[in-house]
Amino acid sequence: MTGSKKEKAILMFEGGIYYEGFYEGKIIESGGEAIFNTAMNGYQELITDPSYNGQVVIMTYPMIGNYGINDTDFESEKVWISGLVTKNYVQNFSHYAASKSLAEFINSYGYPVISGIDTRHITIILRDGGQSNAYIAPKEAGIGHIKNRLDALPKMEGLNLVSNVSTKNVYEKNVDFPDFRVTVIDYGVKFNTLRCLNDIKADVAVVPHNFSKQEILATEPDGILLSNGPGDPKTMVEEVETLKSLLGEKPVFGICLGHQLLSLALGFDTYKLKFGHHGINQPVKNIKTGKVEITSQNHGFCVNLLNGGVNYSNDTKLTHINLNDNTVEGVKNERLKAFSVQYHPESSPGPRDSRYLFSEFKELCLSGKREL
Amino acid sequence: MPKRTDIRRILIIGSGPIIIGQAAEFDYSGTQGAKALSEEGYEVILVNSNPATIMTDPDYAYKTYIEPLTKDFVAKIIEKERPDSILPTLGGQTALNITLELFDSGIIQKYGLNILGANIDAIKKAEDREYFKKSMEKIGVPVLQGGFAKNMEEAYEVQKSIGFPVIIRPSFTLGGSGGGIAYNIYEFGDIASNGINLSPISEILIEKSAIGFKEVELEVMTDKDKNTIIICSIENLDPMGIHTGDSITVAPVQTLNDGDLQKLRDYSIKIMAEIGVETGGSNIQFALNPDSDDVYVIEMNPRVSRSSSLASKATGFAIAKIAAKLAVGYTLDEITNDITKKTLACFEPSIDYVVTKIPRFTFEKFPQTDSTLTTHMKSVGEVMAIGRTFCESIQKAARSLENGYYGIESLYGLDLSYGAAEKKQDAEIIKEEIKSLIKNNDFRRLFLITDALRINFTVEEINEFSKVDKWFLNQIKLIVEQEKKLFLAGNALQDIELIRESKEIGFSNRIIAKLVAKKGGGGHISPEEYLKKDEEAIALIEKTEKIIDEVCRTNNIARVFKKVDTCAAEFEAATPYMYSSYDKFNEIQPLENEKVIILGSGPNRIGQGIEFDYCCVHCSFALKENNYSSIMLNCNPETVSTDYDTSSRLYFEPLTFEDTAAICEAENNPPVILQFGGQTPLKLAKKFDSKGIKILGTPFKYIDIAEDREKFKNIINKLNLKQPESAMAFNGEEIYEKAKAIGFPVLLRPSYVLGGRAMEIIYNESGLTEYIKKIFQQDVSFPILIDKFLEDAIEVDVDALSDTESVYIAGIMEHIEEAGVHSGDSACSLPAFSLDANAVEKIKDITEIICREFHVKGLVNIQYAVKNNEIYIIEVNPRASRTVPFIGKATGVPVAKLATKILLGEKIKNFGLGRSFNINYYCVKEAVFPFSKFSNVDPMLGPEMRSTGEVMGIDASFGMAYAKSQIAAGQNLPLSGNVLISVKDEDKKYLKELGESLMKSGLNILATKGTSEYLDGVGIKNQRINKVKEGRPHIIDALKNKEISMIFNTPRGKKSLEDSYVIRRSAIEFSLPYYTTMRGATAACMAIKALKENNLSVNALQDYYKGI
Repeated sequence: MTGSKKEKAILMFEGGIYYEGFYEGKIIESGGEAIFNTAMNGYQELITDPSYNGQVVIMTYPMIGNYGINDTDFESEKVWISGLVTKNYVQNFSHYAASKSLAEFINSYGYPVISGIDTRHITIILRDGGQSNAYIAPKEAGIGHIKNRLDALPKMEGLNLVSNVSTKNVYEKNVDFPDFRVTVIDYGVKFNTLRCLNDIKADVAVVPHNFSKQEILATEPDGILLSNGPGDPKTMVEEVETLKSLLGEKPVFGICLGHQLLSLALGFDTYKLKFGHHGINQPVKNIKTGKVEITSQNHGFCVNLLNGGVNYSNDTKLTHINLNDNTVEGVKNERLKAFSVQYHPESSPGPRDSRYLFSEFKELCLSGKREL
Repeated sequence: MPKRTDIRRILIIGSGPIIIGQAAEFDYSGTQGAKALSEEGYEVILVNSNPATIMTDPDYAYKTYIEPLTKDFVAKIIEKERPDSILPTLGGQTALNITLELFDSGIIQKYGLNILGANIDAIKKAEDREYFKKSMEKIGVPVLQGGFAKNMEEAYEVQKSIGFPVIIRPSFTLGGSGGGIAYNIYEFGDIASNGINLSPISEILIEKSAIGFKEVELEVMTDKDKNTIIICSIENLDPMGIHTGDSITVAPVQTLNDGDLQKLRDYSIKIMAEIGVETGGSNIQFALNPDSDDVYVIEMNPRVSRSSSLASKATGFAIAKIAAKLAVGYTLDEITNDITKKTLACFEPSIDYVVTKIPRFTFEKFPQTDSTLTTHMKSVGEVMAIGRTFCESIQKAARSLENGYYGIESLYGLDLSYGAAEKKQDAEIIKEEIKSLIKNNDFRRLFLITDALRINFTVEEINEFSKVDKWFLNQIKLIVEQEKKLFLAGNALQDIELIRESKEIGFSNRIIAKLVAKKGGGGHISPEEYLKKDEEAIALIEKTEKIIDEVCRTNNIARVFKKVDTCAAEFEAATPYMYSSYDKFNEIQPLENEKVIILGSGPNRIGQGIEFDYCCVHCSFALKENNYSSIMLNCNPETVSTDYDTSSRLYFEPLTFEDTAAICEAENNPPVILQFGGQTPLKLAKKFDSKGIKILGTPFKYIDIAEDREKFKNIINKLNLKQPESAMAFNGEEIYEKAKAIGFPVLLRPSYVLGGRAMEIIYNESGLTEYIKKIFQQDVSFPILIDKFLEDAIEVDVDALSDTESVYIAGIMEHIEEAGVHSGDSACSLPAFSLDANAVEKIKDITEIICREFHVKGLVNIQYAVKNNEIYIIEVNPRASRTVPFIGKATGVPVAKLATKILLGEKIKNFGLGRSFNINYYCVKEAVFPFSKFSNVDPMLGPEMRSTGEVMGIDASFGMAYAKSQIAAGQNLPLSGNVLISVKDEDKKYLKELGESLMKSGLNILATKGTSEYLDGVGIKNQRINKVKEGRPHIIDALKNKEISMIFNTPRGKKSLEDSYVIRRSAIEFSLPYYTTMRGATAACMAIKALKENNLSVNALQDYYKGI
């Protein structure tokens, strides 16, 4: 309920258009790229996914917070979103595993939660008008102040965020009886990617985004996984150069940002989508099998296979396609043993239809191992 | 892969009459399916015994059969039409069971039919609980501990191994009928033996009870490439132990996190694959331990179901239509999402609102039965509401129920006694009562839970004894807290923020008015005044309601309209499916072209069912044919009217005045049509009229006259027409005097109830004394209406079209049962089968006179009674009646559509119809009753309507048509064996003829003492049988020994009724055909004779119409 005790909050978009809502919990100012997410649940995984770094997340499902926060469903060590916008925030959560409320949890990392916003309306605005930054502040801060802060926010296009989220040190996640070894280049990796690798009996080493070819190969991987992450892939020139040098050395599997970076390394282009794909119901067709997977997605940039790719255009194949807008969802270069998908086979949140990709990656790694 | 070209002609089996557990949702699915397949160029052969369905409109199929849904009749249709395929997954359990029977008897194989959607093996795996259990164990999906039993010995053994409580589920029954929860060995004995009896394969599953667990359903679709998607997740507010059809359900799931939900999703996909569902929709139910991550699969339905219809309306995803397309070979990624028109059907809908379904019960019609909820379904209908929050959604749903409440109001007046309730002496008693009612699953659970919060039970306490998740309880508590704030506010009408907050969480103006209204002295309306519907109190509430409306208008507190678009606004939606919310931004502009609003009929209930939805749908189609935009308002998810492509625009909203008037306003007040949705819209006529909204149809003045006894009487007198003598009594004494003055028998009823509640026929003074005693005990309010009861009169229903210039007699239906049986419960024949031609002509004349006098525009229904060649007018309803769809099917004239065209200004003379209908065959409508679902209810027909649905029999002779109607209604008329006859004295004069007819047909007669003596006297051979009180062996012994194959029992008077109750009830328990009226019995004899003399034949409607 929008009780009168709650502090009024302003959510402002580029162009100065703003909406009034209420703070849930602490009064905190924050801003970033506004994106809407159509997942009806899974907020705990979502807010702890590093790919959301720097984004103000607008949930299209109107009631958020229902089952609180538990002690297990984290995708990283912290909250990465810049703020959460809801129509109706549920204070009295209920779930046997819940240990704290959503707002309490987000606030503890210094980010705001606001409610009372017509999130469907905002979704329509973003859908029709395209991307925009957004800023959250208390009403009493004044419209002028909020506008200044909003204007000062950087544009997502051209923004490099990977250094915010990537690990500074190498760490390992190993299993008892490993079949093979994967090195994950951390552009903002999610815990569940590591869990999925462990599930297929991989020992995992996670390395920083800016590791060199030699440093990466020094971890002795049977395959390399390029993780998801935030920001504009085109700003990551150094990482792309490293990838280029790695192509053909080891099997490579890219996810989301990792997919965009692999594509760039293969010489293709990326571009910003009007409002991106953020949700857990995106239909993707596997071109080889003809089967459709319902996928978890979270990306604002996309790969363009028609542009570039001079060196690899002949042997790089489109493997997956989005059925809603026919955008590129997956590429593969058989010769280089490299493939990648735009969506999240590790899901979390979302359907687990695409977990088979991890097994395919394992096959690829093991075949490489056998050849050696 | 495109559609299959190796098939051409597809048989679709419908679900038959509306019964508890199988309602209009299957008309919705069958209609969508038939339409989709016809559009794809297939020849659809359709069979359904229910004439009140849209799917049986001849336009939807190449050949439409209204024939009994039995294996034999369907086999005849197959033999005649030679379809190459059969689609059994759209017609509920009925269609699946018939398909299994057709398979088991080799008919499917003989004619080489492809079974589309699900193969026999999959149906068996899903339906046979033992098979299902084994399949689940194989794929590692947990099931509850338990086992199967084919007899009581086995049953006790299984029970012993798992303890108590246990759930008993009979295999292959519908709506969980025959199942239940047993807490002790005695209950177990009863439920288990009953379950074994009811299961067609005499098998029950005994399972460890998961009572109190969360119940969650997933609606799943799959195509032949095994692309599998989850359309919707539905969470039951009521825990396991209450049938999902009787539970309040919410979509999407509210209290599960992503991990929980993905586990259910993974299980669902595995289950679909293991069961082998080839294509289409399925429903899978899970039980979840609220305290751990334990999940069990409870059951799956490999077909379109009630839940999938709800899921369809909740998400906008056209499950049935797509299921039909998948069945003929398309894959999900080849089908366009109709709602967005841009994206494909292969995705999982995301919704950005909360959907609440609340079941509608009619226990008031069955006071003898147990009104607590259990594992077999008892509700007869449901409402659905959409809001942006749970609070808004559930409050909208509560006021959609049309049970006299405008929200979740207190049953005890606790919402009008904050501050005083605690002090009340009986507070503790009420507390205990509420707790115990909730614990025992009283059907008013939601209202009781809200009362529990009002009386300061904590959420934890209520969770403990209701097992409703705390999440829901905390949400409901927000409503109660707001209610309390409103009640305690010093000057609520000045507190704009308070009003705004209240509207935002879903309060109706009416409830706010009730809570804040202050009387002259400054006090609130008292609970007593409110519960007694004190006139001054109601007037004050209505006045305050208007003030609140003003406050909202001046302070910009307004509802906005939003779209249901399957995708949470990610893509632009093309389909106009709307709901309202007190949110910030409106996204709907009024339709620009000429338009008309149709008010629907709300939840299905006894007295107002699918027939009215049929009329509304036809009205919408006619509007579109005449180039008007049609705007549908309704709140019933089980219907065709709430399908997204029935009307130009659909508003899924409660049908209260506040909600409907707001839509009128949003659409700039176009004209409205109220005459198709039954009483629901008609009772709003006065308010629409006074608001200046144009009502298309009979002027309000005449609607009012028809409803007002005195005014009506005067007009009938003025026209020199006859009406049974009547009077009105304002106290007990007056009842006595006036009834005696009119002369027995008399028909008594309170004036304010509809559908025949507390209506009784009184034959003598002692009966009168008893009635008066009863109405005082039951707190029935005065005045009481007294009518002369025309004993042995023949009732006749007439539906007519009128344009104020000319009249078309659309149908004259002679009731089979005599006057005194509610017209909705009576079978009827079109044309009349026993009335003489003069009477029929006279009825036509009178109908024309009344149409002119009442300025009828559109449809009118007039009920007549004919006695000794005199025509009496019983009532005039200036609206579409329950029989309109039946007439449409019988005569081939689309009556509801033509009525709509009249409302738009067209003239009857241009329709080319002549004066009256004219057919050369007989159609009989028969009512279908829920007695087998309600134990202890006497199936004796009477003035109170209790049927849930109807079937139609059509054939060349009355006898055959009646026979078909009986078979379709489940009355298996015997062609040999013994008929038990026990009739009242007044009926004995008919016994000779009846007896002769039975004997000619080769049946033997068993008769009770008086009847037997009379039969002996007139020379009819019979064998006397003892009544139960007369010593053994008696009737019940004979029934148990299966020595009786049909029962005629027409008792009268309290004692006789009580004595013979057990006979009638046994007829239900033993599934024997029974007749409780002499005319019904006589018709049954005619039917048996016809069955003996004729071969069964089937004919399509299209062929019947050719002969007209």
